[in-house]
Amino acid sequence: MTGSAVLNTVAIGDIQAPHLEYGQLGPMLLVFGVAVLGVLVEALVGRGWRQFIQVPLTFAGLAGAFVWILVLGVKDKPLHVAAEGAVGVDAPTLFLQGTILVLALVSLLLIADRQNGAFTPQASALPGSDAEREGIASGTVQSELYPLMLFAVGGMMLFTAANDLLTMFVALEVMSLPLYIMCGLARRRRLLSQEAAVKYFLLGAFSSAFFLYGTALLYGYAGSVRLSDIATATGNNAGSEPLLLAGIALLSVGLLFKLGAVPFQAWKPDVYQGAPTPVTALMASCTLVAAVGATLRVFYVALENMSWDWRPMMWGVAILTMLVGAIIAITQTDLKRMLAYSSIAHAGFLLTGVIATSQAGLSGTLFYLAAYGFTTIGAFAVITMVRDAGGEAGHLSRWAGLGKRSPVVAGVFAFFLLAFAGIPLTSGFTGKFAVFKAAIDGGATPLVVVGVISSAIAAFFYLRVIVVMFFSEPAADGPAVVTTIPTAAAVALGATVTVVLGVLPQPMLDVAGQAASHLFVR
Amino acid sequence: MDLYIPIIVLGVLAFGFAGFSVVMGALSGPKRWNKAKLEAYECGIEPTPQPVGGGRFPVKYYLTAMLFIVFDIEIIFLYPWAVAFNRFAGWFGLIEMVLFIATVLVAYAYIWRRGGLEWD
Repeated sequence: MTGSAVLNTVAIGDIQAPHLEYGQLGPMLLVFGVAVLGVLVEALVGRGWRQFIQVPLTFAGLAGAFVWILVLGVKDKPLHVAAEGAVGVDAPTLFLQGTILVLALVSLLLIADRQNGAFTPQASALPGSDAEREGIASGTVQSELYPLMLFAVGGMMLFTAANDLLTMFVALEVMSLPLYIMCGLARRRRLLSQEAAVKYFLLGAFSSAFFLYGTALLYGYAGSVRLSDIATATGNNAGSEPLLLAGIALLSVGLLFKLGAVPFQAWKPDVYQGAPTPVTALMASCTLVAAVGATLRVFYVALENMSWDWRPMMWGVAILTMLVGAIIAITQTDLKRMLAYSSIAHAGFLLTGVIATSQAGLSGTLFYLAAYGFTTIGAFAVITMVRDAGGEAGHLSRWAGLGKRSPVVAGVFAFFLLAFAGIPLTSGFTGKFAVFKAAIDGGATPLVVVGVISSAIAAFFYLRVIVVMFFSEPAADGPAVVTTIPTAAAVALGATVTVVLGVLPQPMLDVAGQAASHLFVR
Repeated sequence: MDLYIPIIVLGVLAFGFAGFSVVMGALSGPKRWNKAKLEAYECGIEPTPQPVGGGRFPVKYYLTAMLFIVFDIEIIFLYPWAVAFNRFAGWFGLIEMVLFIATVLVAYAYIWRRGGLEWD
């Protein structure tokens, strides 16, 4: 065969246009489109006007996408595979995407609160330098935050919907890259913030490599990156087992890193503490929802037939995550850091729902995510309100006697902490109950015992904060509580949802149950 | 064997061009040494002495490199698309590429308006 003959054999056949379901992809396309529009606003609009255009634009984009998701969810039984199999638009995905959007809207209240002053006017300025003082004096703001946030939220939505591993990887990067930047934008404690951004970036890039390596190995085993094809290949028991097991292990590392499960939790305390608190609220709620959503889909769809192989590993990870998160949190003296460890423990509780691999496990996890997200944003919003001369008063000792000075704020924070601890009549109890019950039905009773023990340990440090706030004398130069309307609205929303889902959980449980009734589309 | 002749010819040409450039540069170029020429990198940030606390350093080169990547990626998509353009059925290929270029243009507009293209 000559060279020209080889070339000729390649150049035949037309390239057909892929079939794209724009209606089902709409919410994601809308968020990404508004993000691009936001970049144009940054480019073309004068400095003074940017903030006033960006905030309503971002709000409209997120709210519009949420309404679109409601329409998609109500209109028909959503069980579609869209974009030639790259994206699955099914009921659990719509539930997760809707949760992400609502939580992002509440986080936006915190991020857009200018009086809050959480963000540096000039990210490139060194901490304590003249350039930084100049930037603060000129009163400029980095309104790039809003497009960055939209890109991150769009990535999270795609991450939960991705139906093949490559789309999932792209979504992972789209979601992570803006977050790395947003972490480094804190106005106070600049060095800590920049350190957090670099750590998050390096560890995140490292875990992405694990994810990609796992994808490559699974592709080598199954001959496809589609989750359903991998499920079929594992069902047929074709190919070589070591390739499959190594692929599952590496893929799990990438996913568990984003979840912050032990032993991949090292970034979480540093990043949560260093990042500006509104960004921490976004990460602790929306990113967790996205990470759990993708983990659910991978383990429920692609690796369903392999559950006997991955279950021991996930048991170990879940037990370690619940215990390590709860035990190390006891020694923390910084509130944001303590909440980071509490978030690690909660990731462990969520993993018990993943391990259950049942309809009840799925619906329990969905409910837990929605309930936990609201409580978390509310708690971080309260942290932004308690301030002294150096910005937020993050150290636990500074909160001494807050209950006597501002009983309402301290009371609401105590309520959030009780919800984290899982006290009845809060959403935390209902969520934990739903997940643990599914785990028991799935035969994972020892896991639930560990979960309950870990909850008891966690209750100790939540109660310690309450004791410090209410039963110790306030210091003379204690922090002041600064209330602004957007932050107060975020706190009120968080508290309301935590109460409603605790007292009247049934409607939300029904929605989560319906969303989970057909599991994931293949 | 016929199959490999174009590759071998291309390899010979590439090595020949590289060798020719290096030899001709050494023979014909003027040699005026100064301090900058003895640096590890002739352009960019001076590695020593480091200012106290790391100091501020210009990010011009970094911006240029970032900008290069934006257009580099664009070319990577454009080139195979242009080669296979006659094989696209309908308008889909054209519309998608216009959308892609428009998105890249947004990034370009941002860099341009924010002064990323000004050297000083």
